[in-house]
Amino acid sequence: MEVIKGRIWKFGDNIDTDLIAPGKYLGLPYEQLLEHILEPANPDFPKKVQKGDIVIGGKNFGCGSSREQAPRGLKDLGVGAIIAESFARIFFRNCIGIGLPALTSSDISKHFETGHEAEVDLRNGTITNLTTGKTLETSKLPDMMLEILETGGVLEMLKQGKL
Amino acid sequence: MMGKTISEKILSEKTGKDLYARDFGFARVDKAMVHDITGPLAIQGMREITGNGKVWDSSRVIMLFDHQVPADSIIAAENQKMLREFAKEQGILNYDVYEGICHQIMVEKGHVLPGELVVGGDSHTCTYGALGAFATGIGSTDMAAVLALGRLWFKVPETIRFEIYGKLQKRVVSKDVVLKLIGIVGADGATYCACEFAGETIEKMDMAQRLTMCNMAIEMGGKTGIIEPDRVVEEYLKEIYPEYRLEDGLKSDEDAVYKQKITLDVADLEPQVAVPHRVDNVKPVSEVTGIKADQVFIGSCTNGRYEDLKIAAEILKGETVAKDTRVIVIPASRGEYVKALKEGLIEIFIEAGALVEFPCCGPCMGGAFGLIAGGEVSVSTSNRNFIGRQGSPEGKIYLVSPATAAATALYGEIVDPRAV
Repeated sequence: MEVIKGRIWKFGDNIDTDLIAPGKYLGLPYEQLLEHILEPANPDFPKKVQKGDIVIGGKNFGCGSSREQAPRGLKDLGVGAIIAESFARIFFRNCIGIGLPALTSSDISKHFETGHEAEVDLRNGTITNLTTGKTLETSKLPDMMLEILETGGVLEMLKQGKL
Repeated sequence: MMGKTISEKILSEKTGKDLYARDFGFARVDKAMVHDITGPLAIQGMREITGNGKVWDSSRVIMLFDHQVPADSIIAAENQKMLREFAKEQGILNYDVYEGICHQIMVEKGHVLPGELVVGGDSHTCTYGALGAFATGIGSTDMAAVLALGRLWFKVPETIRFEIYGKLQKRVVSKDVVLKLIGIVGADGATYCACEFAGETIEKMDMAQRLTMCNMAIEMGGKTGIIEPDRVVEEYLKEIYPEYRLEDGLKSDEDAVYKQKITLDVADLEPQVAVPHRVDNVKPVSEVTGIKADQVFIGSCTNGRYEDLKIAAEILKGETVAKDTRVIVIPASRGEYVKALKEGLIEIFIEAGALVEFPCCGPCMGGAFGLIAGGEVSVSTSNRNFIGRQGSPEGKIYLVSPATAAATALYGEIVDPRAV
């Protein structure tokens, strides 16, 4: 979990939870919702995303509804981490809660493009663009949040008596 | 000792610690609201933690269905059946499909009191701050933890205080004020902050107007919207609990520390419109006049109350809606519906040619009914104009007040309601 390696999928500012998990698919079986995750922002994404891929966002990533289907959908499609310039509050908390790494990095959008390969080091707080060689600092999560991520989320922590 | 904001006071009380902005605490939750969209995941999570055990306190959990009501698919029906059985087994109060939108029901049924800490599995839970509660939306995993334990980790937010003064013009309402504020600070301008609304304009607002203000706090990134409770809140609660008395001291101290103070004179404020596809893309109505509307939606947890319907009915009374515009009116709750019915408002809407639907979220989640097609325009009193929020991702949504929506319904294009 500490080092995540995959391809970049880059998105812009204000990627809201209606773009990530559109309301019209929330009423479908979960497997069918997965086929539409982030589809309005990039129709290729749900078809081609692979395990370990990294989502890059601009400002206010995940704004809007509290629907946890948004971060869960990303995680269950294989997304290994989200790095954004900033996150909306509920989305960020949901990510950590379900065990999906979410980090901020102010210049991230300038140095990464869709299709680049990258590697995220959670504990040291860095992301390296393996295509260009550029390394950027990311936020460092407190130990408590890292433990939640390593354990697999808040529910797992509670089940194991760690919270 | 340093002064505290109302939010710092409530979170200190609920954690039993002396907390200030940016501190963390494990707080006791007073009430938890569960609805049909985010409820199933929360209950699944709670069962994982407790192994089919009981919720922490069945008298503090409130359940209801409002997003897909009455069930609009077999999956919705299955989810609602599961929730219904869970509520029965646990002894939880379940309003089921009968009462209307969660954020109106929580308030009008007296489930929110000043000074309480309330969480809900919905981002617009911040609405309840209009009663001086600290209320915030959480995800299903956090809700699972609350259902199991009755407590949750909180980071105490910094506060932005919005001081509003000046008398609003006729047909300019709180929706216009809050849209203007969102335009000023931006969609992420209050991220992680409590948005405290104060000043003479807020003091003069009734509960319906205040609920609209706090409801929209999430659209600037706020953790909660909050208004210091006063006589208006006390009178509102006395209708539900005749013995209710507001305690003194539930307000921010004079020397409380704010992240920012924003002052706005609204005496000359024009009606405001949030233009696609961002809630912070706010323009005065004069800049968007003439935009054709295929559909007008009057309703939602933001603007589906009796007072909202009343201002819309005043404009539509004795008139007929524009020929090429579908008009959908959805009262926020059964209670608001009955009030509107008794006052003759529903008759006005129906005679004008509007479709009046049963209390629920309606088109606002883009999944149930009242959706728009590609290329169509919806002019809506709801809270989000995101891509696909009311149907096709190729549709466009303009967010307005009930007055502007009604004026638009009449002319089939966006119109300044002051001129109607």
